[in-house]
Amino acid sequence: MIEVILITVAVLGTIGLVAALVLFIIAKLFTVKEDPRIAQVNELLPGANCGGCGFPGCSGMAVACVKAADEGSLEDLKCPAGGNECMKQIAALLGVEAKEHAAKVAVIRCNGTCENRPHVIKYDGALNCRIAHSTCQGETLCQYGCLGCGDCVSACSFGAIKMNTETGLPEVDYDKCGGCGSCAKSCPRNIIEIRLVDKDKTGMVVECVNKDKGAVAKKACLTACIGCGKCAQVCGSDAITIENNLAYIDAEKCTLCRACEEACPSASIIMLGKPRKEIKKNNATAKKADSNTNTVKEIKTTNVRPYSSPIKISFEAPLLPSQQYLLAGVVDLTPIAQATVSDNQQNSKTHSYDAPLLPSQQILLGK
Amino acid sequence: MKTFRIGGIHPAENKLSATSPIKVAELPKIAVFPLAQHIGAPAKAIVQKGDKVKVGQMIAEANGFVSAHIFSSVSGTVLKIDNAIDASGYGKPAIYITVEGDEWLESIDRTPQLITIKDKPELTDKDIVEKVKNAGIVGMGGACFPCHVKLSPPPETKPEWVIINAAECEPYLTADHRLMLEHADEILVGVTLLMKAVNVNKGYVAIEKNKADAIKIMQEKASAYDNIEIVTLKTKYPQGGEKQLIDAVVSRQVPAPPALPVSVGAIIQNVGTAYAVYEAVMKNKPLIERIVTVTGKSLKSPSNFLTRLGTPMSQLIDACGGLPEDTGKIIGGGPMMGKALLSTEIPICKGSSGVLIMNEKEASRTEPQNCIRCGKCVDACPMGLEPYLLSDCSELKLWERVEKEDVTSCIECGSCQYTCPAYRPLLDYIRLGKTTVMGIIRSRNTK
Repeated sequence: MIEVILITVAVLGTIGLVAALVLFIIAKLFTVKEDPRIAQVNELLPGANCGGCGFPGCSGMAVACVKAADEGSLEDLKCPAGGNECMKQIAALLGVEAKEHAAKVAVIRCNGTCENRPHVIKYDGALNCRIAHSTCQGETLCQYGCLGCGDCVSACSFGAIKMNTETGLPEVDYDKCGGCGSCAKSCPRNIIEIRLVDKDKTGMVVECVNKDKGAVAKKACLTACIGCGKCAQVCGSDAITIENNLAYIDAEKCTLCRACEEACPSASIIMLGKPRKEIKKNNATAKKADSNTNTVKEIKTTNVRPYSSPIKISFEAPLLPSQQYLLAGVVDLTPIAQATVSDNQQNSKTHSYDAPLLPSQQILLGK
Repeated sequence: MKTFRIGGIHPAENKLSATSPIKVAELPKIAVFPLAQHIGAPAKAIVQKGDKVKVGQMIAEANGFVSAHIFSSVSGTVLKIDNAIDASGYGKPAIYITVEGDEWLESIDRTPQLITIKDKPELTDKDIVEKVKNAGIVGMGGACFPCHVKLSPPPETKPEWVIINAAECEPYLTADHRLMLEHADEILVGVTLLMKAVNVNKGYVAIEKNKADAIKIMQEKASAYDNIEIVTLKTKYPQGGEKQLIDAVVSRQVPAPPALPVSVGAIIQNVGTAYAVYEAVMKNKPLIERIVTVTGKSLKSPSNFLTRLGTPMSQLIDACGGLPEDTGKIIGGGPMMGKALLSTEIPICKGSSGVLIMNEKEASRTEPQNCIRCGKCVDACPMGLEPYLLSDCSELKLWERVEKEDVTSCIECGSCQYTCPAYRPLLDYIRLGKTTVMGIIRSRNTK
């Protein structure tokens, strides 16, 4: 009995020893030598794998950092999520100088809130911006603005974008946003811009991407940029260009004088992090401003009302004639006739139309 | 009875307007012609504001091989060239024409007299393709693929049959049905022209069993042509899909894209296209009007109209008794593959086979629930795909997996979504996956 046990132990022990030896030799032969600094750098990186640095993930960035440090400088590398603080720590670890990069944040260039931009139809397809974008121009008359399905919210790895249920628009938390750009990539309408901002994370932004002519844009949204060019006229640093009926502010040239914000007749220029300019309601003043650009300075002191108060929008020509019926609110649903299947298709099933969904039904008329 | 092999469903037919004869719609006050009415490059406008045009005059020319001319269906003055919301839901360039009178080009033969191929023995295959191209004819079933491209198959392929798609498998639509009842002779001449254009000597007209009267008339008339056969098909959706129709009629299966139906020897044309080809070749009339079904359960009198292109849909709806009060959605095309429209002012285009008014109850979607893995969508898919998987992978952005699961074969018929007991928006996500994967493939090929 004891013999059997001893033999078993001896055989298994020998096999174990031989296997260990083989593994040891192979491990020695095929060792991949990794720079220990790579693991250390990886520790310092945020670990969100957002891809904002241009590498597939944080470990790719770590390898690139060590390689760049060996070549002398970390100048071209930047972790948008960790910011300058993170790059400084990495530079200190690797014994090189880090370059201060200007901060960038994601800016949502649409202020088409439920109040500013009346909804004329209802989209009832899958809650996904890209599907909504391919279906139609959206629930409003603006074919450039935010669809509000929240693709950017789910794209953000840092929880920096949240959907504001009141306005129906996403909002960026500038403390959390590092400007990695994953939200901008997810937006089918290119509304989100990764924008250069100054140290306080502020800057002047045209909060609109509507390229329609002024009258059309204004009909769709109260705060649409109408491309009037007043901002470009008052700009002292030549930072504003007007293209396709839309103003764009060059963040590098902008001196943050806020003259454009005051000049804008539709309040579509804002300063990040500051309260928005109130939207004018006095038509007479607006008309005056249209006819004479010199009166721009007077406008800010004339009748304005708080941004939050409801704005009444009159629609001279509603898109759908049916809207008038629906607005009346008296709806008598006709009973749905059950479908009958003719005799020659005994195997087929009977369907009534109210139960299953038909793929074409992506847009529901507005109420 | 013949039908395709895999999948398919049978939705309620609801052919409300099947007994209503084709009426001629009134001329619009302003006709709108979107420049992108077909698959391929949008046409290029050749008229300017203020120009006088006559019925049948070319107003926009094809911009490339896969493109089609656009002709004015009315006489009058060009009002402007501006954006107009079309079926895509976006404003796109369009020509607006103010209608004044009804003055036709003299070259168009407007007599009802039937001209058969025997009356014009000098016609060659090239003549026919050229005339089809010059008449701006596109596939009238709804896809709007330029017809002359289909009639010019790649030289390495050998067409064997022309199959005329008269299945009209979409519920509600009756435009093709009425056309066959009222213009059977012209359609059959059109079929002979199509057969001559691609040099084949066998033609099939495939009709679903639910159109018994059309089958009877077509069979009577086709007895005069020994090489045209009327095929009766079982009523099943999506039989009107090219691949399903080929499978049903000649039992051949088209390989996965980019293979064309002609690779198995079949040229498919819609029955409306055959009629348009007859008019273009024999009567010199470009594509300026089509049959449109205007239907819906709440509509007072669902009807079929012979409509000039460019007429706003609201005019046709008014002719049917006006927009019902409980309208929930207006769908361009049939209920399965059609698209909900933003406005009733959208003009009738070359591919508008129908306008469907859905009431609120029909139109509302139910809140989607979790997939219960019942596999109904897999049974229903006519392409043998796994819709639940494609939809989930698209939702999770697993594009490689979506591509591996053959999303590009999807014909977007919507059978999966129709059968889903959990009301999942399967097709919405599959379409997203399909367009993304096709974009990835395109960028890979250009690299």
